[in-house]
Amino acid sequence: MESITPLLVILCPAIAAVLISISRNKPNIREVWTIAASIVMFALVLSMAPAVVNGAKISYTIFPTMFENINFGFRVDAFGLIFAITTSSLWILVSFYSIGYMRALNEHGQTRFFFFFCLAILGALGVALSSNLLTLFIFYEIITISTYPLIIHEQTPEALKAGHKYFAYLLTSGVFLLFAIMFTYYLTGTTDFIPGGIPALASATQIIAIIIFFCFLLGFLKSAWMPFHSWLPTAMIAPTPVSALLHAVAVVKAGVFGIVRIVCYIYGVDLMQELNLWLVLAIIAGFTMLVASFFAIAQDDLKKRLAYSIISQLSYIILGAAMVTQSGISAAMLYIPFHGYMKITLFLCAGAIMVASGKRRISEMAGLGKTMPVTMLAFSVGAIGMVGLPPVCGFISKLFLCFGAWELFSPYNWIFLAVILISSLLDVIYFFPIIHAAFFKEPIGEGGMSGSYKVKEAPRFMLIPLVITAAISIIFFIHPNTFYIYDLMKIAVGQLFGGV
Amino acid sequence: MQLVEHFPVLIVGLSMFTAYTMLLVGFLDRRLPYYIALIMNSFFFILSLFILDYVLTVGPIRYWLGGWRPPWGIEYVVDAMNAYLLIIVISIIILGLIYSRSNVKHEIEERKHVTFYVLVQLMAAGLYGITVTGDLFNMFIWLEIASLTAYALIAVAGGRALRPAYNYVIMGSIGACLYIFGVCWLYAATGTLNMADMRLLLPLLYTDKVVQMGFAMIVVGVMIKAYIFPLHLWQPDCYTWAPSTISSMMASVHVKVMFYILIRLFFSVFTLNFIWQYIRFDILLCWLAAIAILAGSIWAIKQSNLKRMLAYSSISQMGYLLLGLGLSAFSYWGVVGLVAHILNHAVGKGCLFMSAGAFYQKEGLRQIKDCEGLGKRMPFSSAAFTIAAASLIGIPPTAGFASKLFLILASLDAAQYQFVVVLLLSGLLNLIYFWRVIDKIYFVKHEEATKREVERRGDGLPFSMLGPMLFLASLCIVLGFVWLSDLSTPLMNQILANLGVGGSL
Repeated sequence: MESITPLLVILCPAIAAVLISISRNKPNIREVWTIAASIVMFALVLSMAPAVVNGAKISYTIFPTMFENINFGFRVDAFGLIFAITTSSLWILVSFYSIGYMRALNEHGQTRFFFFFCLAILGALGVALSSNLLTLFIFYEIITISTYPLIIHEQTPEALKAGHKYFAYLLTSGVFLLFAIMFTYYLTGTTDFIPGGIPALASATQIIAIIIFFCFLLGFLKSAWMPFHSWLPTAMIAPTPVSALLHAVAVVKAGVFGIVRIVCYIYGVDLMQELNLWLVLAIIAGFTMLVASFFAIAQDDLKKRLAYSIISQLSYIILGAAMVTQSGISAAMLYIPFHGYMKITLFLCAGAIMVASGKRRISEMAGLGKTMPVTMLAFSVGAIGMVGLPPVCGFISKLFLCFGAWELFSPYNWIFLAVILISSLLDVIYFFPIIHAAFFKEPIGEGGMSGSYKVKEAPRFMLIPLVITAAISIIFFIHPNTFYIYDLMKIAVGQLFGGV
Repeated sequence: MQLVEHFPVLIVGLSMFTAYTMLLVGFLDRRLPYYIALIMNSFFFILSLFILDYVLTVGPIRYWLGGWRPPWGIEYVVDAMNAYLLIIVISIIILGLIYSRSNVKHEIEERKHVTFYVLVQLMAAGLYGITVTGDLFNMFIWLEIASLTAYALIAVAGGRALRPAYNYVIMGSIGACLYIFGVCWLYAATGTLNMADMRLLLPLLYTDKVVQMGFAMIVVGVMIKAYIFPLHLWQPDCYTWAPSTISSMMASVHVKVMFYILIRLFFSVFTLNFIWQYIRFDILLCWLAAIAILAGSIWAIKQSNLKRMLAYSSISQMGYLLLGLGLSAFSYWGVVGLVAHILNHAVGKGCLFMSAGAFYQKEGLRQIKDCEGLGKRMPFSSAAFTIAAASLIGIPPTAGFASKLFLILASLDAAQYQFVVVLLLSGLLNLIYFWRVIDKIYFVKHEEATKREVERRGDGLPFSMLGPMLFLASLCIVLGFVWLSDLSTPLMNQILANLGVGGSL
């Protein structure tokens, strides 16, 4: 189905970016553009959902390229739409939040911040909707470049160092990605995403197919698999809204999105099994899940702990895709929106705590539940979801993941089931002490007079978004089909496994 | 004979005539030569558009000077390749002229202004001549005109520019000598100087040592002029100390026209068959290019002077062109990459030198370390610099990304995977040396910068400088999409056909 909607979606942040830089001297008008663009974009993205749920693919070609069989354009399928819905819906909430955050801290360079934020969103949506690898690559690099000014926002030597590290990792990985894409094109003559994989790739020499796969893996380094993860905790030096939307959703999810695309739409389930690539990927994911959790336990800085938690949780998605079983891929697809909502709740809480109380370290957070009850309650929702307990949506995706592991043949089913369960336990270890300390411990220092705590929450601009994300995390549990997510997942998996 | 067929010779002849007129008029008023040059070159630009249209729709233009038939007379041949190059050269010369208006006042003493513009116009005439001629000896004449004026234009800056200009005179003369020796040897073997005629006669003589030696001499001679590594030693100093306008013009078009001589030699005098079957030069050329690309980038990283860094970057970028030329023996994508990168580098490097000149003019800075906080003080020039740098790094969706794609595909198609690695690695090296500057411009905090910000709005530069810069910068992005899309396919196919390369897009 041809429709111009995907282009309009991409244009929203682009136009907003231009308008933001024009009205840089009028902060109120400038903020209106961000919010307006985010709402319009979400509406446009959601308007594509009913057609896609009915099995249609919405495509729009901007121009045919010089390379035969490659068009620069978009094709919206169910999986891409899941990512698009996640990103665009969260952008609305984070826009409000970041306005509150930036103003509360009276940050410098706000125009630059909002400008590049729009560009990064443009990149993420482009990745979600693109119809082939070359288009995806262009948007993927736009994310990388436009995130740099956001990471070094503080402009301290420390921030610049973090930015350089980020660039060193991600642009080098971009080189591998470009190599893999061009090689794929050279071998098969196409870079389109085909459910079940590009047939011509299966007839390539095995060793070359394996080498390209590793180049793809290195190329999608935004998914922060170990041992190439260290840019992510370093990049947490960015302002919290950036860490929240970009590092919990747009940037890193673009990485795992890419990996799922490669596994399901370039290589395909059969080839993954034939070359035993699924096992390699699953081992990388399992390793990352466990080791990152241990790293997380050791962190005292809340944002750093969340960063390692992201690394661990992203590997759940990679593991789901790696298992190439029906439930496994379902889990991977569901994890993208669910994890997005839960993790963003945690990040928004971390930012709110920082703004309201100035605390960054977990050891200082004792008794915080009494001064910031709403924030900490939302935090608890996010944490429970991360562990995978009801009544939060993390339970559903983790259940699918366990099913996926169980569908593997013995002895792998036991191994990966054990990995998932151990990792969940580790999640408990690094999240629950925070909740325990916040609600059941007496605060240290000045707030020592028991019984007379003043409730001091973050500004409303910040508080409301985080309450909404926490609420939606629960709504997803009750009604997984919110924003068509569950239907889209079923359609996507159905197309991959031949109409189920 | 149609009117359009007279245009190539009209452009060249009128250019020479204009130059001498400017000299005379300069005695009346020192400001006039600038306007004359601008008007005449704009006129040439319109003519060159007609030429391109004619070449694409009808076919190559063959013009016999004085009506003398080749091989006795001189022939001017314009096919898709040089019609394309001619437009690039003319437009960059025009933009350079516009830019020079205010820049020259700053960098050159007033008494030299008339001679400066006369020399620029003469250099332009030389470049146009090389581009349209179909005769090897005639090419030598235009080559000398373009080179001699270039020596003088570098020396115009005076002071520290004199020594590099002298170096360039020596090296350039050696190059010209080698070129003319080579042409003589080919003439001795074939008895003709006309390219097309030679192309017909040469195949029988491909094993002849005289012909092979002549080829080698021309190649080395041109390589000196086009500063292909390791024959680049004269270039960095020249570009560093020459007036910014001249650095910009030379880096973007002068060297491209020099390189164009190689293209003509490879495709229109000899054939690819000769290159890869009789002398096995192609793979050597690729390796030479690979070394040039990496060495140029690494030297660029070591520089502390902004213009010098750009100069070394040019050496690296010439490697890209050479790689395209070498790979074209294996795959037509090499030619596509080469043709695209000629324009992309001309646009990008021209813009970079212009903004470097703007930094020098307004802030007096030549060193990279002084660039701190420039993004606030000179927002437009900094933006132009950043976009052009992004294009040369090859960040999508800029023009440089497209040429990188073509060259990567060419290497894959040729099954020369090592050059894919070289190209990708060079992208990262480019990133290192350009990002060092961009970081300084925008992101390193500078206390003084915030103070000075209040004093003026914008760059404090006239539009005549900002306009060309911003135009080229926006072209870097537009071209990225043009090359990616199939808009340029007809042109590319025509060029491939005219150069006698098999395959089409």
